[in-house]
Amino acid sequence: MKSAVNCKIIEILNLSDNQLIKLSRNNVLSLSIEEMREIQKYFEKLKINPTDIEIETIAQAWSEHCKHKTLTGIIEYTEYADVQTKRTYNNLLKETIFKATVELNKKWCLSVFKDNAGVIEFDSKNGVAFKVETHNHPSALEPYGGSATGIGGAIRDILGVGLGAKPLANTDVFCFGDPNTKAYKIPEGMHHPKRIAKSVVSGVRDYGNRMGIPTVNGAVYFDDGYMANPLVYCGTMGIIPKNKIEKKVNSEDLILVVGGRTGRDGIHGATFSSIQLDQESDVSAVQIGNPIIEKKVLDAMLKARDLNLYRAVTDCGAGGLSSAVGELGEKTGVVVYLDKVPLKYSGLSPWEIWISEAQERMVFVVPPKNKNRIVEIFEKENVEAVFIGKFTRDKKLTLKYNNDVIASMDMEFLHNGVPKPTRYAVYKIKEEKLQKPVKMSVGEISKALKALLSDLNICSKEWIIRQYDHEVQGQTVVKPLQGNNIGISGPGDAAVIFPYTVIKGTKKGIVLSNGLNPQYGKINTYKMAASVIEESLRNAAAVGADIEKVAVLDNFCWGNPNKPEILGSLVRAANACYDMSKAFDIPFISGKDSLNNEYSIGGKKYSIPPALLISAVGVIEDVSKTVTMPLKNKDNKIFLIGITRNELGGSVFAKINNIKDGVVPDVYPKESKDIMKKIYRAINKNLIESCHDCSEGGFAVAVSEMAFAAGKGVVINTDAVKTEDVSMSPAEILFSESNGRFIVEVKHKNEFKFQEIFKGAVFAEVGYVGDNENIVFESKKNKIKVKENAENLLKIWQSTLNW
Amino acid sequence: MKKVKVLILRTAGTNCDYETQAAFELCGGFVERIHINALIEKKDKIFEYDILACPGGFSYGDDIASGKILSNEVKNKLGDKVKKFALSGKPIIGICNGFQVFVKMGLLPDPNIFEQISTLSYNDSDKFECRWVYLKTEKRINGESNCIWTKKLPDIVSLPVAHGEGKFIPNDKKLLDALNKNNQIVFRYTSKDGGKPEYPLNPNGSVEQIAAVSNIKGNVFGLMPHPERYVFTLQHPAREGFDSEYGWGKVIFQNAVDFVK
Repeated sequence: MKSAVNCKIIEILNLSDNQLIKLSRNNVLSLSIEEMREIQKYFEKLKINPTDIEIETIAQAWSEHCKHKTLTGIIEYTEYADVQTKRTYNNLLKETIFKATVELNKKWCLSVFKDNAGVIEFDSKNGVAFKVETHNHPSALEPYGGSATGIGGAIRDILGVGLGAKPLANTDVFCFGDPNTKAYKIPEGMHHPKRIAKSVVSGVRDYGNRMGIPTVNGAVYFDDGYMANPLVYCGTMGIIPKNKIEKKVNSEDLILVVGGRTGRDGIHGATFSSIQLDQESDVSAVQIGNPIIEKKVLDAMLKARDLNLYRAVTDCGAGGLSSAVGELGEKTGVVVYLDKVPLKYSGLSPWEIWISEAQERMVFVVPPKNKNRIVEIFEKENVEAVFIGKFTRDKKLTLKYNNDVIASMDMEFLHNGVPKPTRYAVYKIKEEKLQKPVKMSVGEISKALKALLSDLNICSKEWIIRQYDHEVQGQTVVKPLQGNNIGISGPGDAAVIFPYTVIKGTKKGIVLSNGLNPQYGKINTYKMAASVIEESLRNAAAVGADIEKVAVLDNFCWGNPNKPEILGSLVRAANACYDMSKAFDIPFISGKDSLNNEYSIGGKKYSIPPALLISAVGVIEDVSKTVTMPLKNKDNKIFLIGITRNELGGSVFAKINNIKDGVVPDVYPKESKDIMKKIYRAINKNLIESCHDCSEGGFAVAVSEMAFAAGKGVVINTDAVKTEDVSMSPAEILFSESNGRFIVEVKHKNEFKFQEIFKGAVFAEVGYVGDNENIVFESKKNKIKVKENAENLLKIWQSTLNW
Repeated sequence: MKKVKVLILRTAGTNCDYETQAAFELCGGFVERIHINALIEKKDKIFEYDILACPGGFSYGDDIASGKILSNEVKNKLGDKVKKFALSGKPIIGICNGFQVFVKMGLLPDPNIFEQISTLSYNDSDKFECRWVYLKTEKRINGESNCIWTKKLPDIVSLPVAHGEGKFIPNDKKLLDALNKNNQIVFRYTSKDGGKPEYPLNPNGSVEQIAAVSNIKGNVFGLMPHPERYVFTLQHPAREGFDSEYGWGKVIFQNAVDFVK
């Protein structure tokens, strides 16, 4: 029998629909009427009202955050193009992204879409685990704590994959409003974007640096659409022995909670993330982080792992113990004694203990015979470890407090009882018109180049990067900022970690890169998704990765999925993921979605511009072959590889010059994949001195970055660039953001071998490394010659974000 | 050949222990990473080792001030042992947070006095800085460094720094003069050609550009830069080293291992 001493009985059996909705809203349950009715039905069958802790447990388990109801629910999709097409998805995720992974069936994908992170093969004995998460809502309310616990959570995902991986690197990607926004334009109750940006960076810095994990890769994107709802993506990569990838839970195994104590912070984090933000949003939903506790857990748990003292581990994330223990015990059943959970302070109700998202907690599944040994290991390093219950055989969730049963529910109902919602999605494909020809004088081109280099989305992120210890562990061999000299630098395309301290004698490395471009998504989410997938691969290829050994992660941050147009744009992007995954032969290994990124100002609701972050991870056979982006030696030849198309739609150039029309860059997978493979072969044969991809700002920006990162000049003949449309003007050639393009530097003596490899691909020799610091773009055809000084352009690039 | 045993002391928040271990191992050292709790349990275990290293990190979160809590713990619970180890002439290295710990417990610059007489304070830039710097190796003893850790280095060497509190400040002018006179200043931040460095070349605003100091004897060495992050050429931004494979940081660890041998 359930007792009501330590909990409240919640009246649900006799409630009307209206009362059910009210109950959900008043308790931040974020449950729909259909879901509330399902709960009512369940308890009607039992002929008893639930306790508060039972209702809270269901709300956590069924939350969008934990269950991904939208992406796995039913979607009726209608697309309007020349003709109207309809399609019903029973599970969008399984029918697009996951489907591609299943169809590709890569043997080197060791764990996909089932654990806290995806795992690919590193070598015969080890795997690489990678996970990227979002922590958007908390970062809007309390940017420092929100981002710190964001990275803390991503790290715990890596500690909680299989039996635990050792974290080797972090990656962080942020979307903020314009930091130069005038104060009066900031919505009431919201933080200024500059304050958010600075605090978010500080949060990641303080947590990541204290954990001793280098933050090696990332991006920052500024757009006013993220003013009140910033995006904070945090990711961690780690290494795990192949024989530690599988978890197991046996009946009679004990539940050990390790690390931080439980407090009232982070109550309703999981459910609150499904609610739009406004000035009333409650800051107590944000967790409080303490990296040193997590570091102690990391140090001690790897010891326990290597002594085989536990059978499974997972982290306490969204939903706290309720999710962690609930998931581990799904197949067996579990009994938990909540009075045993160590608390930060007294006074917590049992339901608060159960769903608190207090940080730095891990849950271990321990065979009874190892009971004393495992606790001893943790205690020797001053880590608190307490048994709070055990796994049973009854397939029930039983919660006790001072020996009173306060919850008793079927695992089956908890995990599979949530009704599948049907949502409607529509997408109207916008027509993209070519812009009027862009004719520019020398002065105008020069001005545009400088404006691009100083644009918030292109400028140097050095202010951020140098606050992160991106070299701790000593394994960052391709760094986020690359320069031939101390004091000068350019943006690296991808980071490479050489895990020599963990895997003795290895020559191999791990590449991390990403792709993000919400600007394209404002016009076409399919092209955005395709472009960012291609960009992440391109970035990895540019440092010397073989894309046949690269996998990707998806992170969707979207607005309110109850609005058909918003959900429609997501369906389009998911379809692009499927198409590109298949065409490039690149599997998705994990992912996450954060929906309901919506905020209200003065009663009016706004959704963020859709943002798909693609994070790539791959294995590099020989780290000594990798290349960086600064130019190396004068007189070396410069080649531009790939076709330049008239694609200014969504470009930074178009934004700066207020050009409304334009075609958004498309992806041509066959052509692009062929080029990436050739780049790999050429780099592997030491035929390429430096390499950089063309992305935001196009060819002119990329080649300038290569030059000023080296303190060198470069002479470019724009007439030599291979274009699809012969009538493209010099400005269009210089600033178009066509995908699939690389700039490479080649020594004269290697030219022949280099050309042999690139036979069949579109490429052209477009210039050479100069012997002074002049960056020159010349078109004899158009009688245009732009000449800039490398150091001057470097200063412009460095000066925008220099707080 | 003697087996050179290295003790790497770690605690909550230590985080450069693995790469420091790898650096010593690359030079032929036999390394154990030992938690301070274990060492406090068996204090004399320290004398089984030939080299003591206190690696980088954020010991106890650098709460109060960087390295402060660990320095108190070491001094109060292991102080006489560590002092004895230092005075016996065995090599000791404190890197970054380890340097902060040594300075705050007074093991540097003078283990005989064993009182804090200098500090490492907040960078002038008031932020954490992760970047490569140029260091001038002070060579005043017959054209060689006084410190056993820094022999055979070129006049200018580059290493990465990563810290928020690295500004070295001696208590007074008298101490500064003594450090100079006794050749205890091992590295100074400099420019590429050996000139006076402005920020960011001097990343923290240290007095007289001091980046590293040793005791008078030259066996106890503390530095803010991270030599363990530059044992391979691959780790250098432009992939330079003393040969095609190894970086200059390795020489520092090799010196200590060879000294013991």
